Amino acid sequence: MEILNAFFVAPFVDMGSDYIFFAEVVIAGVLTGVMYSLVALGFVLIFKASGVFNFSQGVMVLFAALTLVGLMEHGAPVWLALIGTVLVMIALAFAVEWVMLRRLVNQEEIVLFMSTIGLSFVLQGLGEMVWGSNVKALDIGIPSEPFEVGGILLNEFDLFAAASGAVLVGVLAVFFHYTRIGRALRAVADDHQAALSVGIPLRTIWIIVWSVAGMVGLVAGIMWGAKSGVQFSLSLIALKALPVLILGGFTSVPGAIVGGLIIGVGEKIAEIYWGPLFGGAIENWFAYVLALVFLLFRPQGLFGEKIIERV
Amino acid sequence: MIYREAGQFKTSYATDQMMFPILQDRIFMILVIAVAYLIPLIANEYWLQAVLIPFLILSLAAIGLNLLTGYAGQLSLGTGGFMAVGGYMTYKITTAFPDLNVLIAVLLAGLLAALVGLVFGIPSLRIKGFYLAVATLAAQFFILWLFNKVGWFVNYSPSGTITAPPRTLLGIMVTGPEATAPVRYLVVLTFLAFFALAAKNLVRGRIGRSWMAIRDMDIAAEIIGIRPFQTKLLAFAISSFYCGVAGGLYVFFYLGSAETEAFDIALSFSVLFMIIIGGLGSILGSILGAAFITMVPIFLTNAPPLIGLSMPIDLQKHIEVMLFGSLIVFFLIVEPRGLARLWQIAKEKFRLWPFPH
Amino acid sequence: MTQRARQIGDALLKVEGVHLSFGGVKALSDVSFEIREHEILAIIGPNGAGKSSMLNVINGFYHPQEGTITYKGETRKRMKPHAAAKTGIARTFQNIALFRGMSTLDNIMTGRLLKMRRNFLWQALYWGPAKNEEMAHRASVERIIDFLEIQSIRRTPVGRLPYGLQKRVELGRALAAEPDLLLLDEPMAGMNVEEKEDMCRFVLDVNDEFGTTIALIEHDMSVVMDISDRVVVLDYGRKIADGTPDQVRADRVVIDAYLGVSHDQSETAEQA
Repeated sequence: MEILNAFFVAPFVDMGSDYIFFAEVVIAGVLTGVMYSLVALGFVLIFKASGVFNFSQGVMVLFAALTLVGLMEHGAPVWLALIGTVLVMIALAFAVEWVMLRRLVNQEEIVLFMSTIGLSFVLQGLGEMVWGSNVKALDIGIPSEPFEVGGILLNEFDLFAAASGAVLVGVLAVFFHYTRIGRALRAVADDHQAALSVGIPLRTIWIIVWSVAGMVGLVAGIMWGAKSGVQFSLSLIALKALPVLILGGFTSVPGAIVGGLIIGVGEKIAEIYWGPLFGGAIENWFAYVLALVFLLFRPQGLFGEKIIERV
Repeated sequence: MIYREAGQFKTSYATDQMMFPILQDRIFMILVIAVAYLIPLIANEYWLQAVLIPFLILSLAAIGLNLLTGYAGQLSLGTGGFMAVGGYMTYKITTAFPDLNVLIAVLLAGLLAALVGLVFGIPSLRIKGFYLAVATLAAQFFILWLFNKVGWFVNYSPSGTITAPPRTLLGIMVTGPEATAPVRYLVVLTFLAFFALAAKNLVRGRIGRSWMAIRDMDIAAEIIGIRPFQTKLLAFAISSFYCGVAGGLYVFFYLGSAETEAFDIALSFSVLFMIIIGGLGSILGSILGAAFITMVPIFLTNAPPLIGLSMPIDLQKHIEVMLFGSLIVFFLIVEPRGLARLWQIAKEKFRLWPFPH
Repeated sequence: MTQRARQIGDALLKVEGVHLSFGGVKALSDVSFEIREHEILAIIGPNGAGKSSMLNVINGFYHPQEGTITYKGETRKRMKPHAAAKTGIARTFQNIALFRGMSTLDNIMTGRLLKMRRNFLWQALYWGPAKNEEMAHRASVERIIDFLEIQSIRRTPVGRLPYGLQKRVELGRALAAEPDLLLLDEPMAGMNVEEKEDMCRFVLDVNDEFGTTIALIEHDMSVVMDISDRVVVLDYGRKIADGTPDQVRADRVVIDAYLGVSHDQSETAEQA
């Protein structure tokens, strides 16, 4: 009985009795979730448009942040450094298309997946070789004053992060739905061959999505880097993006957002309220187990379509 | 003109179904194994300890993963976790029963790893591909977390480290600080030789064919009477057994002592690299891939000084990482089916030489 | 088609009142017919008539919402495909479902998996019983390879074979299981005349030599009229006719619903 109580009753009593603390936990979770969402978003864009499961998305976040910090360390003002980084990410997209994608067309998924792991090694080595491998502080002048709303402690920076995440998603949504390139992208995502046959240039589309994914990575890198410094561990959030993708479905943009928030909030709550029962640090695996349990009931993800098998 | 099968007529299905139907291949394999056993006579301590022992052990793990991923088509990122089960369980068994032969402890630990693999294979009933990869990631993180948190697994050692105690085999010290590298090398080599042959036998018989059937088209496999769930679970169990044995050897015959970091996600990835570079669905490929992945970094570390280049240590490290990544991409572009395929092509060429076709 | 080695017997399989729908789409409604021992039954009908769905129901891949299947005297509602295989039902597919990474020999060997007994420990040693078992099955697979005249492609990965040969290998895989009931889903689709003739010969030989009961789906009316003992006609998921080729050919409903305007030229029915 005591065990049941500790698992199923006490945590909820804790949540109810100190709701302000609970709210703060949820908010912290939401903010982590936004980061996950941003990384997952990069994944989804590339997966949709090129069928490549891009493992290097996490390293792209690190690479973008490193480039930005590096440029600023060399005396570039923030705006110039931002433009410079965007240009670098676009150049990277060109390079990836030139060196890898066009030579690996029609290969199996796992080969493409592996090639992006190779790419992540290259990017990591390159980034650290050019900009150094020590932890760097990133300050691009985002305000970070704490303030209170209804007894709940908030930080301006967190609000800013959430807001820019939302704006980014909005811009992308508009881009995909209302521009010519966006339509072409959706066509490619739907059926490569059909898209090719109506004259959509596949390679250009690849370059565009990889560039966009690079910029999404840059935003994620700025947020995360400003919070906890630019360092190698940034690239590891790519692994956390996997359960997010499972939850949201590999091809759904809203899925990536909602999935990221669920995982972010879920693991924070689990860690704070249930973690002590397991001896702590359950954040390491909670997301994966959550995704796993979810998969058993809904293999197609939150927003995916039901798969009907045919022969 | 040496490599020919002319004149070698097969008069029974048994000879036609041999592992190496061509005489020259058989001779070559026997030579390779003989040379492998004689290597301790010429190789120095550094080569055995830093290069060959890890290469052999990781070959075994790669074979294990290849059975699951290359043959049965189930992508796994949990290799490190399953290896950790082998390592930690060997430790538990041999400290609980010091008189038990340590090799038997390794095999028993492999069986326990198989059991764990079975449990984490259950999701494969409903999920496939990259989705399954996440299930195996859960195994990876959960298992390591468990070994970190529960003191029982490390006999409540405050540092959380497991250390291989000294154990003997036929009166010779095989584990612990006293065991010499040549002895450990020979034990590991024997394990690999035996289990590589066993794996080769498995994949050319009924079980291998049912795995490949599931991999190539699971629906059709089910319709010809293969039970998909049981077949996949068997793949998980046998694969995890191999990984578990490799994990036990990794701690007891290579590292000497280990913490959970030794089995982290990076290990899972490097074993996955091995089978992809080496060739999915090839036992030989697993070994070639393991050789490539373990030896290239060593080569990259040693090459610059050899040609008289000196550079700061961290710069060299970065270049190494980049080169390693580029090599992976390069190999995937040149031959996505891996080193084993290159080997096969070379053999075909050689067989027809001097005629091009 | 008059002299047959074996007489057509009683019903081997009976389909009774089968309804099958996917969501709101009705694939089969109230279909009943029987497949008799040793006969060749053709299931015909326009595209989307539910022919493939019918085969999928018979071998347990789809589960009908209503109705029963009685096979070898046993009535069932649900069955897993691998269980169906165990009771002696084998099939081929409309879009070839071979294991592309494996050789012809290995593909056909998979057809005998159900008959192999040795567990993985024996297999790992590849010695004694496991080896003998492997050799015995190899021998019977070789007989099938001879029968289908595909000796030369024994070691070729099936992914590299031309379409017609792939169909033949797929038939070989089904035959390797020594089925009592063989379901063929468009075995001659996409073949040229000679390949079709070869395939007809194989189908008739299988039926004659092994006494295997065969149910096949085919669009080529001349083939259907030539080789089948009976014909079942489906249209929009309903059975509209059932009888000998001659009866079906003369059936008003079939002519109206299926053969369209070309009343007396059944050879052109494909285009309907």
